[in-house]
Amino acid sequence: MSEQEYVPKSKAGKWFNDRLPLLSLGAHLADYPTPKNLNYWWTFGGILTFCLITQIVTGIVLAMHYVAHADLAFESVEKIMRDVNYGWLIRYIHSNGASMFFLAVYIHIFRSLFFGSFKSPRELIWIIGMLIYILMMAAAFMGYVLPWGQMSFWGATVITNLFSAIPLVGESVVTWLWGGYSVDNPTLTRFFSLHYLIPFLILGLVVLHIWALHIPGNNNPVGIDIKKPSKDTVPFHPYITIKDIFALLMFMIVFAGFVFFSPNVLGHADNYIPANPLVTPAHIVPEWYLLPFYAILRSVPDKLGGVILMFGALFVLVILPWLDTNKVRSAVFRPMYRQFFWIFVVDVLALGYLGAMPADGIYLFLARVATIYYFLHFIVVLPALGFFEKTDPLPASISEPVLTGGFSTVPARSDKIINEKK
Amino acid sequence: MSKQEDKKDRRDFLFTASYTVGAVGIGATIWPFIHQMNPDESVKALATTEVDISQVEPGKSITVLWRGKPIFIKRRTSEEIQEAQSVNLKDLPDPQRDEDRVKDGKNEWLVMVGVCTHLGCVPLKDKGEFNGWFCPCHGSHYDISGRVRKGPAPKNMEIPDYKFVDNNTIKIG
Repeated sequence: MSEQEYVPKSKAGKWFNDRLPLLSLGAHLADYPTPKNLNYWWTFGGILTFCLITQIVTGIVLAMHYVAHADLAFESVEKIMRDVNYGWLIRYIHSNGASMFFLAVYIHIFRSLFFGSFKSPRELIWIIGMLIYILMMAAAFMGYVLPWGQMSFWGATVITNLFSAIPLVGESVVTWLWGGYSVDNPTLTRFFSLHYLIPFLILGLVVLHIWALHIPGNNNPVGIDIKKPSKDTVPFHPYITIKDIFALLMFMIVFAGFVFFSPNVLGHADNYIPANPLVTPAHIVPEWYLLPFYAILRSVPDKLGGVILMFGALFVLVILPWLDTNKVRSAVFRPMYRQFFWIFVVDVLALGYLGAMPADGIYLFLARVATIYYFLHFIVVLPALGFFEKTDPLPASISEPVLTGGFSTVPARSDKIINEKK
Repeated sequence: MSKQEDKKDRRDFLFTASYTVGAVGIGATIWPFIHQMNPDESVKALATTEVDISQVEPGKSITVLWRGKPIFIKRRTSEEIQEAQSVNLKDLPDPQRDEDRVKDGKNEWLVMVGVCTHLGCVPLKDKGEFNGWFCPCHGSHYDISGRVRKGPAPKNMEIPDYKFVDNNTIKIG
């Protein structure tokens, strides 16, 4: 990195930095040249870091009071809610925090899709991000099992049974996952162990995600390569830190709104009934953030086919940098992709809605249409656009569209500050 | 010039105000995470224990559990009481009269937390050089009033809050 020249002022600082260049790292993070036109969609990286830390801190606290045993788990969660000092608050932050985490990650992903942040040279950032997303889903699913309510138990049963679709070894794999012949205490204890582990794997991947980001630097709303540092960049601190903090505060208002005013609106009432292996709830649905994939799973009439398509829906996301062959990153300069992007957003939202509806009649039909379109978008539309789409001319630099005054998606504010300084 | 200085003052005020609000907010957020480790109301509700002492013969003792700790309840013989009262306070590392360690008129009953004040082990009864208790962990000797006489323990064994509900029942806590 370019900050090798950084020399601490104090003697002690120099002594330390020569042995462990943490101060150089800090200087790199503070001075890190950031495109000056980043909009508020770019604040979700910081928000996601906050979400991860919140989940880890509240999770560690909950683990102090939670008992991972089929006979005691439900009671221990109730004890957290009723007896433990502020236990209700900490558990509601954790359970709603999962939803907030996914809300932020979906905005973060769609931002990347719109502005082409996944394209060369940022493919690895994207792939690491997708691994984080997949781990998040695993962590969220296992965490949902831990209270050992009806939805926990039957959610665990349904999701683990997905693996029984594997030809020949499916049944043995499921038995292995369960540690028995049904979801029971061994399943719960291993889920607890893995639920505790995964956030730290995510934390490690986040470090790699940011490291990989700091090699090429941020993409930006116009999606062009910029020189760093230059007239087109501002130092990360204080320009981006203050903007990230402001966005985080707005986000926390929404977060707190859920925690304090409707903490159970995103959950299912059935999960306040203790797990009963003899009775399945009438309507079994995953948490909202998994619904699009659930809709894809159910829209296929074949067991194995449904599972393959569901995992395929994630796989096409992972290989996206090689499906979208258009060299222009930002949808701002891609008039056709821009339309298809919004159609895709509607398609995913529709899948989410349909995943929560019963799987028959018109809902099933629409879910099938939406599923087919989901894959068409990745496998047909994106590669085809690479060939046929006529893109708009790109500006030579970030400053250019501002100075010519003809470009609305670039906020002029940070630019003004720079100009005033000169 | 003066206008610029004026601006700086206002900005300083804003900084200070923001930092203050931020610090209060962070403190208010941290508190639940600290307080969750304190005993909750259900634990505090279990903080008293009633004990039936009618079966304890003179010279014998019983041990009951209170807040997860052993409580020694010893019914002392009159010789033992005399022995405890006749000790010269100057010989004690933690001087305390025996009369101050029992209830008035009930001085045959010694009720104390059976935890060594050194590092928390439970002393053995009828052991040690002073006819009282002896801690096997690091060799502290206690007399028949539960006062430390020898060894690394700094203080006498603690007397909990308790009272006689009637002649046969005491309530600890």
